[in-house]
Amino acid sequence: MSATSTAPKAGAGAPAPTAALRPSLKVPISLSVLSLVALVFFGLLGPGKTAEMKISDPGDAVEVPALMIPGQVGGMVLAILLFAMAAYAIYLWTRGERSPKWLPIVFAVVFVFALLVWIVAGARQPSISLAGLVAGSVTLAVPLVFGSLSGVLCERVGVVNIAIEGQLLGGAFTAALVATVTGSPYVGLIAAAAAGAAVSMVLAVFSIKYLVNQIIVGVVLNVLVSGLTGFLFGTVMVPNKAQFNTPGRLDILPIPFLSDIPIIGPILFEQSIAGYLMYVAVAVVWFGLFKTRWGLRVRAVGEHPQAADTLGINVNATRFWNVTLGGAIAGIGGAVFTLVTIDSFTKEISGGRGFIALAALIFGRWNPIGAFLASLLFGFAYNLQSILGIIGTPVPSQFMAMLPYLVTIFAVAGLVGRSRPPAASGIPYVKG
Amino acid sequence: MGVVKLELKGISKAFGTFYANQDIDLVVESAQIHCLLGENGAGKSTLMNVLYGLYEPTAGQILVDDRPVNFRGPGDAMAAGIGMVHQHFMLVPVFTVAENVALGAEPTSFGGVLSIDETRKKIRDISAKYGFDVDPDALVEDLPVGVQQRVEIIKALVREAKVLILDEPTAVLTPQETDELLDIMRQLRAGGTSIVFISHKLREVKAVSDVITVIRRGKVVGDAPPTASATELASMMVGRPVSLSLNKAASQPKETTFVVENLTVRAPNGTNVVDGISFDIAQGEILAVAGVQGNGQTELTEAILGIQPHVTGSVMLDGKQLLGLPVKDVLRSGVGFVPEDRTVDGLVGPFSVAENLVLDLYDQAPFASGISMKPAKVAENAKAKIEEFDIRTPSAGSAAGTLSGGNQQKVVMARELSRPLRLFIASQPTRGVDVGSIEFLHKRIVAERDVGTPVMIVSTELDEVIELADRIAVLYKGKLVGIVPAGTPRDTLGLMMAGVGPERGSDGQ
Repeated sequence: MSATSTAPKAGAGAPAPTAALRPSLKVPISLSVLSLVALVFFGLLGPGKTAEMKISDPGDAVEVPALMIPGQVGGMVLAILLFAMAAYAIYLWTRGERSPKWLPIVFAVVFVFALLVWIVAGARQPSISLAGLVAGSVTLAVPLVFGSLSGVLCERVGVVNIAIEGQLLGGAFTAALVATVTGSPYVGLIAAAAAGAAVSMVLAVFSIKYLVNQIIVGVVLNVLVSGLTGFLFGTVMVPNKAQFNTPGRLDILPIPFLSDIPIIGPILFEQSIAGYLMYVAVAVVWFGLFKTRWGLRVRAVGEHPQAADTLGINVNATRFWNVTLGGAIAGIGGAVFTLVTIDSFTKEISGGRGFIALAALIFGRWNPIGAFLASLLFGFAYNLQSILGIIGTPVPSQFMAMLPYLVTIFAVAGLVGRSRPPAASGIPYVKG
Repeated sequence: MGVVKLELKGISKAFGTFYANQDIDLVVESAQIHCLLGENGAGKSTLMNVLYGLYEPTAGQILVDDRPVNFRGPGDAMAAGIGMVHQHFMLVPVFTVAENVALGAEPTSFGGVLSIDETRKKIRDISAKYGFDVDPDALVEDLPVGVQQRVEIIKALVREAKVLILDEPTAVLTPQETDELLDIMRQLRAGGTSIVFISHKLREVKAVSDVITVIRRGKVVGDAPPTASATELASMMVGRPVSLSLNKAASQPKETTFVVENLTVRAPNGTNVVDGISFDIAQGEILAVAGVQGNGQTELTEAILGIQPHVTGSVMLDGKQLLGLPVKDVLRSGVGFVPEDRTVDGLVGPFSVAENLVLDLYDQAPFASGISMKPAKVAENAKAKIEEFDIRTPSAGSAAGTLSGGNQQKVVMARELSRPLRLFIASQPTRGVDVGSIEFLHKRIVAERDVGTPVMIVSTELDEVIELADRIAVLYKGKLVGIVPAGTPRDTLGLMMAGVGPERGSDGQ
C-alpha cells in the first residue's frame, strides 16, 4: 500500500470482517467431492454383480431375508442420495447457515454403505453377513473400549496416558501366563487388571512425583513392556507352551432368548464376561465422572488443579489413584486378546491398538460414551478389513490393512474439529 | 459457630534463604475489615497463603479464638472458618456455578452421588441475602469477572467462613464493580464476617478499612487508621517520602503524525477483538487507552507493532503505512514498544541485563560489525543505561530474570527509549512495579512526550491513566467507547469502561 494514494479511508474497503461471519465451506465442498467419487467409482464404474447382505443367520429365532443390491444400480442410487445431501449443505451455505451436525454423520453412513456395496459386489464371492460384520466389529472393539476408557480416566484427571499400548500388552501377557498356571481364565482376568495397574503406577510415579514428561514416560513404558513381554515370551512361553501359554478362553455366556434377537442379540447378549464388563465399565465410568462427588473432583483436578487444591482436594493422590484405576481397566482390555480373541499370547499381540484407543478417546471427546462409540467405529474398520480379505476383493490387501489407520486419521483430523481436552492434561501439578 | 478472632504470632516464611515474611504479628478482630497494604512483592499474598494452609510457615503460630492451630492444608483452614478469594480465581471454567461451589464440600446422597440441588438452593439463598444475582446453572467461563468473584465469595460463605481473605480483589474490576464489591464487604462485616483485605490501592483501602496494617519487604511496618492521608500510607509502603502526583506540565501538541483508521483485528474464532478503531496522536501528546483487562488492548498494540495476524484498516506514522510491514521495519520506522508482560515479551530472562538492553539493536552499529557482535560496546551501553535509569542490578552481566519487577521494567524501558523515536507505545508500563519505580517511569514517559514524541499508554489502572493522559481513549469489547480530555471525572470514565458512552458526563472532544 502506498502512503500518499490512500486517503483517510485507507484500508476501509477490506471485506474480511463480513467474510468471517459466513460459515465455512469445508463441509459443502468435502461432501460434494465425496459424492462425485461415489458417482464415478461406485455408480458409473460400478461392478455388475449383485451384492448379498445377509441380515440374520440361518437358525435365528427371527429370519429376515437378505438384502440383494445390484452393484451398479445400487451405486448410482446411493450416489444420488449423497449428491442430494451435498446439495442441501450448499443450499444452507448460500443462506449463511451451518450444516446441521447430523448431516456429515448420515452422509458418512451412506457413503460407507455404498463403499461396502461396491466392494462386495466386486468380490469373488459377493455375499457378506451384516450381522457377522457388526458383531465382529464389537468383538474387535472390546480392547479398544477398555483402552480408551483408561485414557479417559487418566486425561480427565490431568495425566496423558500414552502407555495404553503397554498396559494392554502387559494385561494380555499376564492374563495368558496366570490363566495357564492357575488353570482359570477368570484369575487370569484379575491378574491382567493388576498388571495394567502396575504399568500405570510406574507412569503415575514418574509423571506425578518426579515430574518427568508424561509423553516420554509413556513412550518408554510402551517400549519397556514390549521388550519385557517379548523376552519372556521367547524364553519362557515358547519352549513350554503347555505349561505357560495355554490359558483357555473365557466362556461365552449367552442370555437365553435375548441372544436370539437378530443383529443386536449377539452383540449385547452373547458375550464373555469381559464383553459384559465392557458395557458395565462404560456406564459406570460415565456415571461416576459426571454424577458423583468422585467425578466432580476428578474433573476439577484435570481442569484446574490449583482450584481443587485450595478446596482441600489432594491433587496428586487423586491423580495417582485414577491413573492406577485406568491402568487396571486397560489391563482387562489386554486380557481380551489372550482370553477371548485367541487363546494364547504372541509377541506384540496388541499390535498398536493402544494408540488407536488413544485416538478413540480424542475422537470421543474425552467422554466415556464418545470413546465407546469411536472405538466401535475403529472396530468396524478392523473387521471390515478382515472380512473383505476373506471374501476376496479386487482391492489389494495392503490397502485394506491401512483402513483402520486411515479412518483414525480422518476421524481425528477431520471430524473432531475444535474439541477441548481437559485444561490441565499433561501438566504436572506443583504446589505454590 | 460464633465470631472468630484471628491472630498471627511471629510468622516467618522463607523460600531458600529469602524471607518472604519475617516475624509478622497480626490480629484480626471479629467483624472488622482489616487491610493489608503493601507493594507488589511485599509478602502479603505469601502471608495469606500461610494463613490459608497453602504454605507451611517456617516459624510462628496461628491462633483462632486464642487457640493455636496447625493448618496442614486449605481444608483445615476452611474447617476453622477461614475462606479465601484468590487474586487469580480458583474456579473451574467449564463447570457451572453450582459445581464450583459444591466442589470439595459436595452434598451427596447414597454412594457419593451428587445432590447438586442442595447447592443450587444455598446459592440462591446467599444470592438473595446479599443481592448477588448469580445463576447457579451458568457456566463460569461465560460469566463476567465481577460475577466470577461473587461466585468465589459464595464459595467461602457456603463453607460458613467467618474470616474472609480477599487477595487483590479489585485488580480485575471496573471502578463500578469495585464500588459494588466494597458495598458487599461492608454488608458482610455487618453480618459478622471479618475480612482481610489485601490491596495496594490506597483509595479503596481508605474507603473501606477499619484497620490498616502496612507491610514492606516481608515485615510489618506498622498500623495506620483509615483516616491517614494517602501520602502517609504511600510513604509507609515505600519506606521513604514519595510524591504521588506527577506535576507534569500541560501538553503542547504539535503536528499529528500518528493516525489509526478503522483498525480491526479478527480473532481465530471469527469475532473482532479490535473493532473499527480510529484515533490519532499528535507529537508531544500522551493518549492513554483505558479499559478493563481483556477488552482488546493487547491486540490493539500488537496490531500496530505488526505481530497480530488478520488485521485490516490503516496505521499511518509520518505519512507511511505501517500495516503489513514486518515487525523489524516497524521498529526501524521509529516505534518504541513496551509490551504488557515484560517476563514473556519484553525480556529474555536468562540473558544478561547488557544483552537485554540491545535486543533490538544487536545487529546494527555500534553493537555489531558484519556477523560479529562487539561486546565492549554492549557493555559500555549497559553501563550508561544502568546509571541513567537507576537499574538496581548486581552487575550488567546478571540475568535479567533475577531482577525485581521494577528493575526489569526499567531495563525494557531503557532499551525502548534508547533509539530516536517517532512513536512510543507502552502497555501496562508500571504493572507489578514498586511505587518508587512508578514515579521514575512516569517521569521518563512524560519526558519522552516533552521532546515531541507521540506517546500511547495502555493501562488498566485508572489512576495511572488519569495521571499520565492528555487525552483518554476508552476501550470496551474491542470498540472505542470514546476519546475524552484529561480531567474527565472518574465516574464517567468508569461508566465508559463498562461500555456506557461518554455523552452523559462530558461532551468529549
